[in-house]
Amino acid sequence: MKVLVAVKRVIDYNVKVRVKPDNTGVDLANVKMAMNPFCEIAVEEAVRLKEKGIANEIVVVSIGPKACQEQIRTALALGADRGIHIEADEDVQSLDAAKLLKAVVEKEEPKLVILGKQSIDTDNNQTGQMLAALTGMGQGTFASEVVVDGDKVNVTREVDGGLMTLSLNLPAVVTTDLRLNEPRYASLPNIMKAKKKPLDVTSPADLGVEIAARLTTLKVEAPAARSAGIKVADVAELVDKLKNEAKVI
Amino acid sequence: MSILVIAEHDNSSLKQATLSVVAAAKAIGGDIDVLVAGENCGAVAEAAAKAEGVAKVLVADNAAYGHFLGENLGELVAEVGKGYSHILTSAGTTGKDFMPRVAALLDVAQVSDIIRVESADTFVRPIYAGNAIATVKTSDSIKVITVRPTGFDPVAAEGGSASVEQLDVVKDAGLSSFVGEEKAKSDRPDLASAGIVISGGRGMQNGDNFKMLEQVADLLGAGMGASRAAVDAGFVPNDMQVGQTGKIVAPQLYIAVGISGAIQHLAGMSDSKVIVAINKDEEAPIFQVADYGLVADLFEAVPQLEEELKKVL
Ligand SMILES: Cc1cc2nc3c(=O)[nH]c(=O)nc-3n(C[C@H](O)[C@H](O)[C@H](O)COP(=O)(O)OP(=O)(O)OC[C@H]3O[C@@H](n4cnc5c(N)ncnc54)[C@H](O)[C@@H]3O)c2cc1C
Ligand SMILES: Cc1cc2nc3c(=O)[nH]c(=O)nc-3n(C[C@H](O)[C@H](O)[C@H](O)COP(=O)(O)OP(=O)(O)OC[C@H]3O[C@@H](n4cnc5c(N)ncnc54)[C@H](O)[C@@H]3O)c2cc1C
Repeated sequence: MKVLVAVKRVIDYNVKVRVKPDNTGVDLANVKMAMNPFCEIAVEEAVRLKEKGIANEIVVVSIGPKACQEQIRTALALGADRGIHIEADEDVQSLDAAKLLKAVVEKEEPKLVILGKQSIDTDNNQTGQMLAALTGMGQGTFASEVVVDGDKVNVTREVDGGLMTLSLNLPAVVTTDLRLNEPRYASLPNIMKAKKKPLDVTSPADLGVEIAARLTTLKVEAPAARSAGIKVADVAELVDKLKNEAKVI
Repeated sequence: MSILVIAEHDNSSLKQATLSVVAAAKAIGGDIDVLVAGENCGAVAEAAAKAEGVAKVLVADNAAYGHFLGENLGELVAEVGKGYSHILTSAGTTGKDFMPRVAALLDVAQVSDIIRVESADTFVRPIYAGNAIATVKTSDSIKVITVRPTGFDPVAAEGGSASVEQLDVVKDAGLSSFVGEEKAKSDRPDLASAGIVISGGRGMQNGDNFKMLEQVADLLGAGMGASRAAVDAGFVPNDMQVGQTGKIVAPQLYIAVGISGAIQHLAGMSDSKVIVAINKDEEAPIFQVADYGLVADLFEAVPQLEEELKKVL
């Protein structure tokens, strides 16, 4: 079966995020960008399905400016077969991302679409569910285990009370949680090979989707700073402070 | 304006998070209805009818909603919600699962995880793991919103007397079915609403050592949490993870034991009123947010803490 994976270019998770002094957003000039960690997990899962002989082709798609092709190449080096870059310089919000991905799904007809559960920049946690609704597919969100079984897929989900397992008809959408797998690193030969793998560039217009931002960011501020308190000498002092100063026990 | 709040519950009791969502709805202003969708969930509907500020409770009681499948809830809420100006639910795993489907079916954007209401169309939400706080305005006619419960003080659970109306809308998308679940059983307070939380990290070394923390938790009536490293290492189950991608907590007192204080962990607990850190490394970043820091070996400090607490409690 064919697997489609959506990968997003975001700020590297190790980078300390700084809000711009004019409060219009976060400073992304000259910061290290990388594949969203949840998307790395999505790529890894697809590659494992291929290694098990369940998937026979992995297509990766990314939406955004030209630089997104770096993340597509990374996915190709990890084992994806072909890339699609939907070039968009404007603000593509989750609903539009889902509409663009729907257009790709209609063309490619994958049996399984794997996305990250959230991207670590906007922390929206929306795109996969929106795509599933728009395409009329079932969804297995926050997945920690994915088992394909004939024309169904069983997905174990990380939910507030513990774990929950669902059976979904294929085609279906899966969004990844942290414990689904541990992504591999790309080897140098594979990075070289990835440069020769096909990467098609398309646009929202080609796909018949009009980008229409519904949300306007009025301002972005730094969170109220929490200042460091005091160091206590021992446990007795700690308990005394909690009881008599902070009055929380 | 008219606001529809989707209740979070387990078919037998209403989650406190819903009372915080009603508080967010009050901050927006307008008539507030609550939709309780589930199976044999009459007790939840009764509880919702007593919540302060609720005008009407709508109940969709059907096997199709028993396991809160996102496909079925998505269709139901999109149908019931289309006459409202705002649709709100809590940003727990159930709300995060079905709500974006509602938004997509209504062709509107979703505003995720709000912590403040500025006006009927403008909301405040954390982005970048809480390292930035964005104020966003939506131009859609129906506003679909998930609410971070720690951002809003819950309304009173008692005192209201809303009418209760049964709905006979059954939406069964037939796309998914429930196979099974593994619920962590615990008599401790729910992590998300506990007044005190004690969490362990990689420094705990193994799952058995968490028993030390349990003893302290039992003395304090505290909920138990963990860092991702402790969960990934298999010390404790996943539902204990606090952080950007786990639970967001804001208790009166948060005690971090053997946790370094990575930005993704801080994202889940830095709104706690008082933070205590116990760590043997005095350079650990957790001390930068701790009100009271104790530089010590946790294997000595935690048993001492238990003894000292026994003296004063
Ligand atoms: C050039 C550009 C500028 C932007 N500027 C702003 C801005 O100033 N303010 C603002 O609020 N938003 C901005 N956005 C939009 C913001 O990034 C969207 O909210 C985002 O594309 C969709 O939401 P999300 O990534 O949080 O989705 P989530 O639902 O959190 O992401 C879940 C998963 O969906 C998939 N996915 C999401 N987006 C993409 C993508 N682009 N390509 C491939 N897969 C994807 C990934 O698998 C991801 O793990 C901008 C986007 C672009 C491309
Ligand atoms: C996309 C993404 C999402 C993430 N989401 C989360 C999340 O939601 N929640 C989360 O917690 N993390 C999350 N992380 C992981 C995070 O980056 C850290 O790796 C993690 O929080 C570290 O856990 P820790 O503090 O327990 O472990 P460590 O960083 O290894 O720290 C262990 C600490 O224990 C101390 N210690 C060791 N032995 C003792 C002793 N005997 N006595 C006292 N102190 C001792 C050490 O000094 C050290 O400070 C995420 C990471 C990514 C990339």
